Amino acid sequence: MARNVAGNVARNGAGNVRRNSNRARRDRRETGYAGRGAGLLARIRGIRRDTPASGRAAPPSHPTVELLRKLASVPQALAGLVVLAVITAAAVLSPWIVPVDAEEMDFDNLLSGPSAAHWLGSDQMGRDTLARLIVGARIALLVSLGAVGLGVLLGVPLGLLSVYFRGRVDDVLMRLMDAVVVFPSLLIAVGLAAALGGSLRTVIIAIGIANVPWMARIIRSQGLSIRERDFVKAAESIGLGHGRIILRHILPNCIAPVIVQSTLSMGYAVLTEAALGFVGVGIQPPTPTWGNMLQQAFPMLEQQPLLSIVPGVAIFLLVLSFNCVGDALRDLLDPRLRGVIH
Amino acid sequence: MRSYLARRLLQAAPVLLLVTFLVFALMLAIPGDPARAFIGPGEALDEEQLQLIRERHHLDEPVIVQYLIWLGNVVQGDFGRSTQNMRPVAEELGGRALVTLQFGLAAWILAVLIGVPAGIASAVYRGKPIDYAATVVSIGGVAIPNFWLGIMAILLFGVGLGWLPSQGYVRLFDDPLQSLRHMILPAFALGVTSCALIMRQSRSAMLEVLAQDYLRTSRARGARERTVIWSHALRNALLPVVTILGLQTGRIFAGAIVIETLFGIPGTGQYIVQAIFARDFLVVQAAVLLMAVAVLAANLITDVACAWLDPRIKFGG
Repeated sequence: MARNVAGNVARNGAGNVRRNSNRARRDRRETGYAGRGAGLLARIRGIRRDTPASGRAAPPSHPTVELLRKLASVPQALAGLVVLAVITAAAVLSPWIVPVDAEEMDFDNLLSGPSAAHWLGSDQMGRDTLARLIVGARIALLVSLGAVGLGVLLGVPLGLLSVYFRGRVDDVLMRLMDAVVVFPSLLIAVGLAAALGGSLRTVIIAIGIANVPWMARIIRSQGLSIRERDFVKAAESIGLGHGRIILRHILPNCIAPVIVQSTLSMGYAVLTEAALGFVGVGIQPPTPTWGNMLQQAFPMLEQQPLLSIVPGVAIFLLVLSFNCVGDALRDLLDPRLRGVIH
Repeated sequence: MRSYLARRLLQAAPVLLLVTFLVFALMLAIPGDPARAFIGPGEALDEEQLQLIRERHHLDEPVIVQYLIWLGNVVQGDFGRSTQNMRPVAEELGGRALVTLQFGLAAWILAVLIGVPAGIASAVYRGKPIDYAATVVSIGGVAIPNFWLGIMAILLFGVGLGWLPSQGYVRLFDDPLQSLRHMILPAFALGVTSCALIMRQSRSAMLEVLAQDYLRTSRARGARERTVIWSHALRNALLPVVTILGLQTGRIFAGAIVIETLFGIPGTGQYIVQAIFARDFLVVQAAVLLMAVAVLAANLITDVACAWLDPRIKFGG
């Protein structure tokens, strides 16, 4: 029984013990932090409370839906979401919507400008620019999702370990992160490309590794104060396992900045992939990526500038969208992150 | 200050060691026989020759011994020999590093000279046209691929207008004017992302400081607006800006890999790319190490500069 009560206390984040309840409530109000699992949700609800009430309260909905609705009310974020949705849809539906095969060569139309046959023109081998652009979008999204996913998957656990065990573990892990952070993603990518050769896998691993220290550091900077909170101590005092405390009490309270950073990192991953492709050490032709399209277009700059313009605009739009959504997310989830995440 | 410096150097030592190990570990990632990687592609070797190479380069030793031997050589400036021309890697790397440094510095100075004043002006004239213009530039600048901006600059100024050369490199002391003309476009392309970030950081740091009470007080005491902005606000706004200035080193070096390839500049970045195509692994390793150590050093200098600007850091930890 006693264990049960204590369990409730821990689960509710020190909130339900009468003696502490006022303090906990004040804590929550001041910092926006709640106990178990409530981090993100509480913050989103908190934001909703701040907005002027419009007659009736809206029916409660899933936090993700709520967050999307909030995002859509910010003009830049809405624009970003629309562009992301269009590019994602094009990438996912590419087998059905691509007008011609991206590899197909039309020898009657080499380096042509926009026409009915080739909306965005064609390259020196008569391949359709629009078709290649859409296939390239798949690669760009795949790289950004894969690389950032890898960064989160490795960085978040490392950050949590550092926060939870502190001391020696923290020292060792953070020195390691200090060492990795010295390598810009492009530098890791060229190093790996030299060892393994350029491929989708190499590019994702390289950019992913570069993302790890940032994720770990963000979790750590958020988590160190969470670690000292009463609900974590309560959870420890009733003998909950390390894993459970880390995953259910600390992690949910640190996850918001990771979401923000992930969105912004996706944009950066697209830029890195493009740079690698342009230099020729990224994903190898004939697979069209926005980067290697620019590489192949460069010698044709004088004859057909459009070939160099189109992929660059696509990269710019995609990165801009990720950044707009990321910035808006940051302001929505936690305005204090302004100084932490750029 | 001296004790802070000592402590900071002491902290950097294990990180430096880790960095060297990570660069060394790249070699372990090479699939297949590392002995072949030492010799380069296209050489038919029998088992006996491979064994000779293994012994000569200690490839049959345990990894940690290999690392220590490698580190010992690196410390003495021996990065091995390039498989492209069999000359010592360090020889060519030195000259190319200077070229990269020259362009990197030009890009950095350009970014600082435009970014800091624009960011401050944008904060001081918040909501005015200059603020909107700076915001557009700072949002666009981080989303635009720097090399694509370089291509567009070549298209406009090189191909279209013919004002500036778009390829190659002229040594500064051979022909200063031509050298500078060759530097403009690459430095602009290399610096644009940094410029945008610096602008953004300067603006938000300045806005934060402008909202502080002590500025209101100094205005109330009749200080001139110029004094308030330039001597009271700026000093405190500079600290986060200095941090971001230091962080640009890695960005600029990484950018150099692409920009040097685009503009045909014989620097470290171009060297890396050429070496990858030639499967000249030791060159890549040496260049990556050089860049990483440079970034580490820049971070250290940034930290020390911050501590010098803000005494709280020195004593805080």
